[in-house]
Amino acid sequence: MTTTLETSLTAQGAEAPVETFDLKVDDVRALNKAIHQSANGRSFAVEHPGGKHSLAVGVNASLDVEINGHAGYYAAGMNQGGRITIHGNAGVGVAENMMSGIVHVTGDASQSAGATAHGGLLVIDGNASARCGISMKGVDIVVGGNIGHMSAFMAQAGRLVVCGDAGEALGDSIYEARIYVKGKVASLGADCVAKEMREEHLAELAGLLHAAGRDGDPADFTRYGSARTLYNFHVDNSSAY
Amino acid sequence: MCGIAALQLRNPQLRPKMGSLLSTMLCEIVDRGPDSAGLAVYDNPELNTLGKSTLSLLGADLEISSADIDALLAELLPEGATSEVRIVGDTTLVSAEVATEDLAGAVARAYPEAVVAGRGERVTVMKSVGHPVEVAERHGLEGMYGSQAVSHTRMATESAVTAGGSHPFSVANDLCLVHNGSFSNHASVRRELKRLGVEFDSENDTEVGARYVAHRLQQGDDLETALVNLGKVLDGFYTLVVTTADSMAVVRDPIACKPAIIAETDDWVAMASEFRALAELPGIENARIFEPEPGRVYTWSL
Repeated sequence: MTTTLETSLTAQGAEAPVETFDLKVDDVRALNKAIHQSANGRSFAVEHPGGKHSLAVGVNASLDVEINGHAGYYAAGMNQGGRITIHGNAGVGVAENMMSGIVHVTGDASQSAGATAHGGLLVIDGNASARCGISMKGVDIVVGGNIGHMSAFMAQAGRLVVCGDAGEALGDSIYEARIYVKGKVASLGADCVAKEMREEHLAELAGLLHAAGRDGDPADFTRYGSARTLYNFHVDNSSAY
Repeated sequence: MCGIAALQLRNPQLRPKMGSLLSTMLCEIVDRGPDSAGLAVYDNPELNTLGKSTLSLLGADLEISSADIDALLAELLPEGATSEVRIVGDTTLVSAEVATEDLAGAVARAYPEAVVAGRGERVTVMKSVGHPVEVAERHGLEGMYGSQAVSHTRMATESAVTAGGSHPFSVANDLCLVHNGSFSNHASVRRELKRLGVEFDSENDTEVGARYVAHRLQQGDDLETALVNLGKVLDGFYTLVVTTADSMAVVRDPIACKPAIIAETDDWVAMASEFRALAELPGIENARIFEPEPGRVYTWSL
């Protein structure tokens, strides 16, 4: 399955007054409630996020959220249609289970970034820790730096682009997601192999890099994907169980 | 889940503020482990005196008399010197101008039920059950001076909710260890250490980690090597912070399920389970912030 990039980082929401929440005084629940009740086209700003959890989760409209600082766990989780920017680092599980829209982290992301996400675009300008894109189901993830170990574990669909290096066991037990890595891969997980970069892959990677606002020659990347040897049970392995 | 917040202040001008800085960090990790808590503070002149050993004993109602201890230390104490007993919050401190081993031996003979939670010339360890913020308030953390300090909020998994099962575990002079996670093979490592003559206070998995590090340091390892060796022997999930008289180390297991984040400036280095515990530190906006890599030992010296 190939997802279509609905928008890119350069696309901006409609001009609208910005509703600001300062989390030194305002409550995270109040922020999320306002976001959930918001119509398309609205804009929100979050000041002093201070690493608080669950910022801008469950967005279900075409709206903009700017988080000005470091976010805690599960920021922008379950996003559907929102354009959420974290000007800082993100904690565990940023954009987990995203359905559509864009989440942009200008710093680093902790582990399990984009976990189980079905669609949309997650851009991390810095590094992502372990388990980036674990069980991804259609999301596109573009990481400017390195990713940690066990990334794209059991990845089912979508694309993961890594402009730096990948940690150990990349793409372990991968299904049909496609992984593009520019730098070194510490090791490949079970059933993940390097594959040929054909024209269609160069074109799709160019599109992903462009959507993430990044330069770079797609020809410098290596594609990785499933060798498809784990799809069916092999009777010779029965003694292992 | 447990919470860790640790701070090493390189800039001496910040040291009078240690307690208030650590309090802000502790508040943010309370909901990671609200059942009990522990604190270790280094180089606080009201708690420790260089040249004197200080034992941190669990509990404030031990009714320890310095005369009982002095009677057992008669040959060892300098002419005219006596031991000193003080109560800080839920902790009883016993100090004397003798080697820590001798002081611990005298306390054990006079008060066999007393549990030593901390020992050394430079560190005081304060542990108790209850809400971590209340534990800190009872001990007067807010106003404390210190060069290094560690706090831990515990969500108990491997042993009971008791003051003794709280972290830090301090089993050698000026050595403290706190742990987020669980060791899976602690029983077999405990048996092996017992075979080598190491004595244990509890059935707690983290105590095994602390005893192992102390054992390796005693065998001549430096702190970094001891923690590399720990990774080869102890299996399980862990983010550890280990402090000694003049250094602090952080290590995560190679799978790295348990969180950790480090921030560093010229003035201080801080480690916490989550960024929110670091958010109010002075100069955080210009700090170098990173997650420690799996399986790598990081150390900083004062």
